[in-house]
Amino acid sequence: MNLLSLVLVNLGRNKRRTILTLLSVTVALFLFCTLGGVLDTLQESIKFGSETRLVTRNAISLIFPLPLTYRGRLEAVPGVKQVAVQNWFGGRDPKDERNWYAQFGVDENFYSIYANDMEIVAASPPQTPMEVPAGIVPQLQTYFAEQNACVVGQKLLEKNGWKLGQTIYVAGTIYPGNWPFTIRAVYHAKKKSFGEETMFFHWKYLEQKGMHGQGQVGVYVLDLNQPERAADIARQVDALYENSAAATRTESEQAFQAGFVSMYGNIPFVLRVIGLAVVFAILLVAANTMMMAFRERTSEIGVLKTLGFEDGTIFRIVLAEAALITVGGGVAGALLAKWALESSGFNFGGFLPPMTVYWSTVLTGIAIAAVLGAVSGLIPAVRASRLKIVDALRRVE
Amino acid sequence: MAIPISYNVRNVLQRPVSTLTTAVGIGLTVAIFIGALALASGFRAAMISTGSKNNAIALRKGADSEISSIVTREGASIIRAHPAIAVGPDGRPMASAELVVVTNKQRLGQPGSSNVNVRGVDPSAMTVRSQIKIVEGRMFTPGTDEVVVGRRIARRFANCGIGEKLRFQQRDFTVVGHFTADGSAFESEVWGDAAVLMPALDRDAFQTLTFRLKDPAQFEGVKKELEADPRLQIQVRRESDFYAAQSELLTNLIRFMGVFITVIMAVGAIFGAMNTMYAAVGSRTREIATMLVLGFSPIAVMTSFMFESVFLSLVGGVIGCLLALPVNGITTGTTNFQSFSELAFAFRVTPAALIAGMIFAALMGVGGGFLPALRAARQPLARTLRET
Repeated sequence: MNLLSLVLVNLGRNKRRTILTLLSVTVALFLFCTLGGVLDTLQESIKFGSETRLVTRNAISLIFPLPLTYRGRLEAVPGVKQVAVQNWFGGRDPKDERNWYAQFGVDENFYSIYANDMEIVAASPPQTPMEVPAGIVPQLQTYFAEQNACVVGQKLLEKNGWKLGQTIYVAGTIYPGNWPFTIRAVYHAKKKSFGEETMFFHWKYLEQKGMHGQGQVGVYVLDLNQPERAADIARQVDALYENSAAATRTESEQAFQAGFVSMYGNIPFVLRVIGLAVVFAILLVAANTMMMAFRERTSEIGVLKTLGFEDGTIFRIVLAEAALITVGGGVAGALLAKWALESSGFNFGGFLPPMTVYWSTVLTGIAIAAVLGAVSGLIPAVRASRLKIVDALRRVE
Repeated sequence: MAIPISYNVRNVLQRPVSTLTTAVGIGLTVAIFIGALALASGFRAAMISTGSKNNAIALRKGADSEISSIVTREGASIIRAHPAIAVGPDGRPMASAELVVVTNKQRLGQPGSSNVNVRGVDPSAMTVRSQIKIVEGRMFTPGTDEVVVGRRIARRFANCGIGEKLRFQQRDFTVVGHFTADGSAFESEVWGDAAVLMPALDRDAFQTLTFRLKDPAQFEGVKKELEADPRLQIQVRRESDFYAAQSELLTNLIRFMGVFITVIMAVGAIFGAMNTMYAAVGSRTREIATMLVLGFSPIAVMTSFMFESVFLSLVGGVIGCLLALPVNGITTGTTNFQSFSELAFAFRVTPAALIAGMIFAALMGVGGGFLPALRAARQPLARTLRET
């Protein structure tokens, strides 16, 4: 007789119990992979950064600006192709404080450096034909013609129900005042990790209205033409300003992003602990079920043994039954987590890239489910294989 | 007539392994639930205890955090001169104009860095913030390159030990003491003299000004007056309200995550409890049928089994509480993105959280026991008793 069909028939005997156990494993692995997904998403936010770009910020911390005068010297550093300016704005929606999204003041070089990460999918047509700076897509003509124009991500546009050409208002927290911006272009993120819920506008406008022309810059983004020398160039840049009033810290864009992840402190650790607790809790449920199944069938195992089934075979049958339940539930839960989270588009309010669950996390989940099955089935399987026929058949239910 | 409770208790104890595995499964769920609550309330408590009801804080209009605020030197002296501000023992107004900046510092014992709040204070800050206590070393001497470090971050960041040097911009500051502040957010900060830190950090304005009111009831009046002053362009808030508002985002996020995780876990645990209860009912079919024949009403049988399930879950709840208790007081830390700096805080397992955990356990018991209890009450008597 085929052993697998024997296992399947056994599973079908107490359908309710099988389904309940299967579901609890599904739920547990769903949760495990969801927590893993949060960690994956943090990882993904680092990935956005390129190894071939450098970010120069003030050595004290991000909230200290750098003088605009650094720009010329940064451009002159050998190996640096282009330098862009990027400034955190930190505004909020004056009507709804909870509707948070990021805004950055950027210069024209920003759009050419990030041309491979974003593409303009819609733009206001220009009133009169205009020249755009070199290396920039012609759709941005109108944007460059207007001082308070902005470019917004497609998702941000859809979420707020904005339209191209509409004027939106942002209340400044760092740079006071009510700031009007006209949406002149919409971008689509070519790389998922770039995010589609950010707004970009002219750094010049920010400098004139918000800093009274003081020429301060949040960070410089350095595009390199010798990316293999990135670490060297970073050291060279920092050496330039080592003893100046505003010392710099230059690191690869990826390291810069990793700095934000490091800021989460103990939260990733807490998530891992919870993940372990979930797995352990479900191990108990599964083990309990297998013990119950075994107890119910003691005399039956006696019969099987009488018929000539060997101890090893019995061991394998019980173990296989446990593994089928947990692996079945595990595959369902892990895939459900990947599918549900990735299609939900949930992105922590634009703070992180959209939720991602790596295949490695899914596979880890399934592997854990298999181990769960083995562990929970182990005691009943050992007991079943060691059961003496006499004892098994003597028992009266 | 009701079935005695001892019947169920004995039954539960009859199957120790099955009872224990189910109870521990429920217990872990309860522990995570309490842990999440403890995390949220620890964070919130740290932020709330930061501000005092008797103090008011002045920030620039539109600023939603200390670091995005600016109060000019001139503005600070105008506010300081307000007659409603309490006068300290030294005869000076109890008002501290403060420099608040975040500095990126290396973590201690692990790679990576994070932001630490540095607060340059007025010498009167210690009387305005009465919760500050030096627990090791001494207070910084005003006018010197000395700083004190909050005890909670002293263990989390490099170079924070007494005698070590913290570098800000081009100057080294010597750590001369560690302080506590009733577990508030100040314990995650570095404090020094504003007069020294401002030039060192190349700043020429303060971020905020915190002052003690002679009479807290005067708050509304003072607020109106200062906010209407065209020279100032500031907003005045109660210090306690301000810091509570700074905790909102993260508290909500932790609570949301906590509820999300535990609800899903609870579903899994309920399935487990159902399994156990079905088995409990299944192995006692004849017994139950006998009780029904003896005249116990189906409602009594159902109540009895519901009770058994709830009892099982409450055992789990107690296990959960016991598992969660040791996290009380453990310090953890993350960045409060509203202040853009690391906040170290302790888990707070409150009695309310424990009670909530027990209620949660009971609910899981009800959820897991309902269907099996219903099945027990609806035994087909004749057939069950005829079976051998």
